[in-house]
Amino acid sequence: MKLPISLDIAKTHMLSRKRQTFVAMMGVTFGIGMFIALVGLMNGLNDLTEELSMSALPDIRIFNDVSTSDQNIIEVMNPDGWNIVHSQKPKNESTKLRNGFQILHFIQQDPRVAGASPLLTSQVFFNYGPVKLNASIMGVDILQEDKLFDLASKMREGNIRDLLTTNDGIILGRNLAKKLNAKPGDRVQISTPEGFTTRLKVVGIVQFGMGAVDDVRSYANLSTVQRIMGRDNRYMTEINVKMKELEAAPAVAREYEKLFGYKAEDWETANATVLVGKIIRNIMSYAVTFTLLLVAGFGIYNILNMTIMNKIKDIAILKATGFNARDIRHIFMTQSLIIGLLGSVLGLMLGYALSLLISRAPLDLGDALATTHFPVNFDITFYVIGIVFGVITTSLAGFLPSRKAGSIDPIEIIRGQ
Amino acid sequence: MKNAILKVSNVNKWFHDPQEFHVLQNINMEAYRGEFLSLVGKSGCGKSTLMYLLSTLDTDYKGEITINDVLVTGKNQNFLSRFRNAHIGFVFQFHYLLPEFSSLENVMIPARRLGKYPFEELEERAYEKLKWLGMADQAKKPANKLSGGQQQRVAIARALINDPDIIMGDEPTGNLDSVNSGIVFDIFKQLTREFNQTIIAVTHDDEFASNTDRVIELQDGHIIGEHINA
Ligand SMILES: Nc1ncnc2c1ncn2[C@@H]1O[C@H](COP(=O)(O)OP(=O)(O)OP(=O)(O)O)[C@@H](O)[C@H]1O
Ligand SMILES: [Mg+2]
Repeated sequence: MKLPISLDIAKTHMLSRKRQTFVAMMGVTFGIGMFIALVGLMNGLNDLTEELSMSALPDIRIFNDVSTSDQNIIEVMNPDGWNIVHSQKPKNESTKLRNGFQILHFIQQDPRVAGASPLLTSQVFFNYGPVKLNASIMGVDILQEDKLFDLASKMREGNIRDLLTTNDGIILGRNLAKKLNAKPGDRVQISTPEGFTTRLKVVGIVQFGMGAVDDVRSYANLSTVQRIMGRDNRYMTEINVKMKELEAAPAVAREYEKLFGYKAEDWETANATVLVGKIIRNIMSYAVTFTLLLVAGFGIYNILNMTIMNKIKDIAILKATGFNARDIRHIFMTQSLIIGLLGSVLGLMLGYALSLLISRAPLDLGDALATTHFPVNFDITFYVIGIVFGVITTSLAGFLPSRKAGSIDPIEIIRGQ
Repeated sequence: MKNAILKVSNVNKWFHDPQEFHVLQNINMEAYRGEFLSLVGKSGCGKSTLMYLLSTLDTDYKGEITINDVLVTGKNQNFLSRFRNAHIGFVFQFHYLLPEFSSLENVMIPARRLGKYPFEELEERAYEKLKWLGMADQAKKPANKLSGGQQQRVAIARALINDPDIIMGDEPTGNLDSVNSGIVFDIFKQLTREFNQTIIAVTHDDEFASNTDRVIELQDGHIIGEHINA
């Protein structure tokens, strides 16, 4: 099959200025290549932080939110007067979840829920010689907690079951253990803000892979923490819930809030900062890509204008022998689209190669994030977006020159000879 | 009964730059189907200017031009380019070819635009025309490697490719030796006689003109006379 005539002419134009065509194409290639590499890396990072924080945090957290009531009593009593109240304080409310175990039981029956686990958290100081390390101790039902967060697989040393068989056992976050220089079998001394001090036996070390968690987290049996805090064995402050489908979390959280009268916070709301970081990284990669493609677009615009100048006699003769404005526009649009398409495809390849290279580069973030290599996302969607970007940019760049070529009046050129 | 394919009535044209210049004044003429018409006159009298009007390339004039019973005056550019493609073959005074394309490809371009025949058949036909003009051996050569006379012959072949109703030539044999000039003349004659096509040719060659059916003479933008050859 023979090419249509306008394609044939477009091809000839491009081949007659191979070098400029190649340079224009490389502009697109570079732009798209960088896009793929950047967006792959940024999304790789997004995925990693999201995955790690997901693995350490519940989908829904139910707790008793102590807050100052919006309305002051004096405003109720004297609604029309001038009431000035400074620094309103909450009353001494307990953060206890009343009927915690009934609520827990109810949630565990919910078919949408994968697991729910009771929690009692206390701020504690770990006394390490003269140094006091601030951390939190989480009183849990360790088997339920394991169901939620797959703790067993995150244990670096020891076994979660050892917590059940040890009376005053504690599992330390990896970084915390490091700071305390503690190994399983050692004893660590803790004290609560209320002044209670005790010694707990280290039974294991757990690592989530995120410095922010591993620095301050430790686990003990619910009963241990209840004892430290001087509370009864019904006392709990939180219930953690993992959903079967994460997407359902916000809706279910709102439902529970109504049902139990306690604050129920879903993961997304609680981790808005993670999402903001993700959005900023995305904006950055798209901004860089936009700039690169803009430059590439100017390259194409330039080469087309140059070709049109050089081929103005050809255009005149084509129009004189029967080509209309649209045919001529096609010839030049075709050129910019071919440059755009080939450039984009090469760009995808370049981007893929760069992504591969990046993903093989070793990355040591110390204790902040547990990863050995740069995380890279190879999602095909970005490759589709890349080629769409490339083609859109080049067609925009080709639009004006093509229109100019189409509107050339042949008689001016032919008579001007 | 003579059947007019081209009618020009009261055509006037001005150039405005560098100064107002009434280049064609009150032109009235006709051309008939199957007629071999020649247009003569001194250099600068307005022959090329008139040919551009007749070929519908130049639309900036007063008066009316009708070709093939279609009033082309006032039609838009899209219509005119399609019309030229199908009905008019033009050989320019300075033969314009696409330099990177071969002789054969140049000849085929208007035909591929028209799209009346499949590619292989077009190739065949284009080759045929080149053979008539003694250019068969140059068919594959790029146009920018041809001599002036060879380029002119390719341009003539291109003007013939769509079997147009009218073939217009602005000194179509201006660059040719007497042998090739004779060949082109014979082809034109044959087209008018066998295929009833119309030829309008500008020429400075008195012998060429005297062998055509009719001669129209132009002077300073006026038609000053016509002469029917026996
Ligand atoms: N674009 C233009 N602007 C102004 N004047 C022009 C333009 N083109 C041609 N002319 C003038 O119009 C007149 C007719 O020009 P034209 O090219 O039609 O002459 P011609 O008869 O074809 O001459 P030749 O035999 O040399 O080709 C000339 O005097 C020329 O100077
Ligand atoms: Mg002339």
